[in-house]
Amino acid sequence: MFSFQPDRSQYPAPGPDGKLEIDLETGQYLKLWQGPNHPGMTGNMSVELTVCGDEVVEGKTHVGYLHRGFEKLMERRSFIQCFPIVCRICVPEPDFNEYCYAAAVENLAGIEVPEYANWMRTLILEMGRFNSYMMAIGGMSGALGLGVVGQWLTYVRDIMLDRFEELTGARIYHMFILPGGVRGHLPEGFKDRMEEVLKTAERYLADVDKVMFSNAVYKRRTKGVGYIDPKLFEPYGVTGPNARAGGVAKDVRKDAPYLVYDQLDFEVPTETASDIWARTNVRRRDIDVSIDLIRQILKKFPKGGEVMAEIPNVLHWKIPRGETYIKGESSRGEYGYYLVTDGSGYPRRVNVRGPSYTHAMALLELLIPGTNISDVAALMVSLHTYPPEIER
Amino acid sequence: MMQAIYDRLKDRFQLGALDVRSRKGLAFVDLRREFLRPVLTELRDVEGFTHLILLTAVDWIEDERFQLTYLLNNRQKNLDLGLRLRLDRNLAIGETIHDLWPTAATYQRELREMFGIAFPGSPRVDEEFILEGWTDMPPYRRDFDTLAYSQQTHADREGRETSDPREFMKQILYPKD
Amino acid sequence: MKHMDPNFRKDTKTEFPQREELKPRKVTTPDGQVIDIEPLQDYFCQEPPKVHQKSYFKIVEDFYNWCRAESLWILAFGTGCGAIEMRPLMTPRFDAYRYGIQWRATPRQANLLMISGYLSVKTLKRAIRTYEQMQGPKYVVGLGSCTINGGMYWDSYNTIKKLEEYLPVDLYIAGCMPRPEALLAGFMELKKKIKAGNAEGANKYAEKFDWYKANQKAVIKDWDMPDYNW
Repeated sequence: MFSFQPDRSQYPAPGPDGKLEIDLETGQYLKLWQGPNHPGMTGNMSVELTVCGDEVVEGKTHVGYLHRGFEKLMERRSFIQCFPIVCRICVPEPDFNEYCYAAAVENLAGIEVPEYANWMRTLILEMGRFNSYMMAIGGMSGALGLGVVGQWLTYVRDIMLDRFEELTGARIYHMFILPGGVRGHLPEGFKDRMEEVLKTAERYLADVDKVMFSNAVYKRRTKGVGYIDPKLFEPYGVTGPNARAGGVAKDVRKDAPYLVYDQLDFEVPTETASDIWARTNVRRRDIDVSIDLIRQILKKFPKGGEVMAEIPNVLHWKIPRGETYIKGESSRGEYGYYLVTDGSGYPRRVNVRGPSYTHAMALLELLIPGTNISDVAALMVSLHTYPPEIER
Repeated sequence: MMQAIYDRLKDRFQLGALDVRSRKGLAFVDLRREFLRPVLTELRDVEGFTHLILLTAVDWIEDERFQLTYLLNNRQKNLDLGLRLRLDRNLAIGETIHDLWPTAATYQRELREMFGIAFPGSPRVDEEFILEGWTDMPPYRRDFDTLAYSQQTHADREGRETSDPREFMKQILYPKD
Repeated sequence: MKHMDPNFRKDTKTEFPQREELKPRKVTTPDGQVIDIEPLQDYFCQEPPKVHQKSYFKIVEDFYNWCRAESLWILAFGTGCGAIEMRPLMTPRFDAYRYGIQWRATPRQANLLMISGYLSVKTLKRAIRTYEQMQGPKYVVGLGSCTINGGMYWDSYNTIKKLEEYLPVDLYIAGCMPRPEALLAGFMELKKKIKAGNAEGANKYAEKFDWYKANQKAVIKDWDMPDYNW
């Protein structure tokens, strides 16, 4: 009789404290590097796996392949010169960096942002979230060998990038949200073209629901795999969809409303299973929320107004001594900027708190033991880790 | 709300003044080193600051000290509290809190590598985290000059021109000065 | 922009200590034999790469070059942010497959290494290793301004500035970041270059092998691999 349960009788037994004595000399274990050049990795990072048979007994994350020293580079740039480089910290969702940096500078300099700019920022952030989820779900299906969903969703992301291009002039790095406001107005006829994009997206997502989310293989490989105990959420700093999949409705948009989120009507989707399936499902339902939010924003968008507040001459802009922390809900969890100024024309210290920092390091190392080698890629994608946030 | 929490803790732990200048719901407070662990435990277990947002350092080189910032979040009350701890810059040894928040071990590894602040007892703290084969001083310290290091390591391509916007505008607006 | 500190001197005296596991040592095998182990030695082949000679007849060489140009197989190694614009190229909208371009997962099957953006010193080591593992004929394309002269990260302590000092670059595609259309145009240029017989990067690497190795070892302090990775 064929059984789906692997035969583990030959495997070494754990010691009395539940931990394995890993001794490579015995020949029972093998070191295996997954990454940095590996299709299953979410970017340029690597996991050092110790395997016994096809089961992983230990995993260590190695990062630093993308380190450019942003926090150091920003210390020698003036406040306006930091603005074009911050978006390069995170590629799939660069707008969050722009917003958090701009909001931190405005907070310390005491600048009030016009209403129109706040609406525009919310729109940009929601469009970015939509794009980031497209990459996440496409990557999830790719990690399990279902390439076609990735193709469709990359196309949907692409037509959304066209709208970004129309609005900001660039596809990936928009550099649209700058300290004091935003760079431009909504173009003529933008709402109709955006509606078309959203309709196309909904059509493709209906197909994705059929092909991916009700696929028996997909369910079998994701249900019950990569379970995170909700008790671990606080000690390990789990935020965003990963926490929402465990029944904790953590969402900065609701908990500490920023921009115009308190004027919008939305629910935070949650699941209870806290496994790969639940995390992907939360992201899928969050796309619907995001689409709905974009429609609401465009409906309530102010007719016109100032896009920029009055800011001092940027070449001689000095900000008094102080420190602040600004946070927002990115597609991966809580994203924040900690900015310290010392009264000079340059930031004293900028610290970027990316959600992947906690998800991909301590949490992933905790989750990996006991999984199958082939599930490691799916596990990583389900946490939606993105390495440049870890090392900057 | 932040004031009430501060009043409860102030006398027991000899906290410094509450700094609420930045934004609503965010406060910073100075703290003495021997009270770090009791304050963090009290905030986590009693006051509901269960989420460690970040742990980072600021280099105040002119005062010869490092500032460690522990940012905590209370989700129910929507409060962020930053604890500021001063360390001597020449003898930078911090206290590990990885048993309170396991994720702090990652932050401490980064601080060890980027600022050279030691955290005895933190797991894997001396392993390389981001840099590989680094022999110079920790790069996030203020006296490390990244441009000078870069120019002494890598050559620029010929023909590359950089123009500082401040000098450029000065030339256009006030050419005579 | 802050001024540079003129007094800052890079620490050139401290040597990175060699790792314990890389030192030559004696090991007892399970059957009791004692053998010498030298971890930095490649036991299969220690030879440096050789220059690949052109064919005697020009028409044969042209035919070879035509074949090479029409099957560019890219190694799917996203070294930097430019990797995100590679994904749309695989979809029907831009469809790079129609030009004989496709993505492979392992360096053994690929012949085009795209350095998609800035290279930190840590990634440079992996990129060199990957490049040397690829089978000839092989080409390198540098993508983005940061591979050309440092780009946005011109003053960063951890990224290299000129890629061609470390790897033989056949073509650069400028931009931060280059659009998919720019990438397609770049591929077309590379094809023209290969067909004309000018994409001789791998041969250049073999000819100036010592120069490349000296440059690489000047920035990679923690050198823990054989000189050439077959």
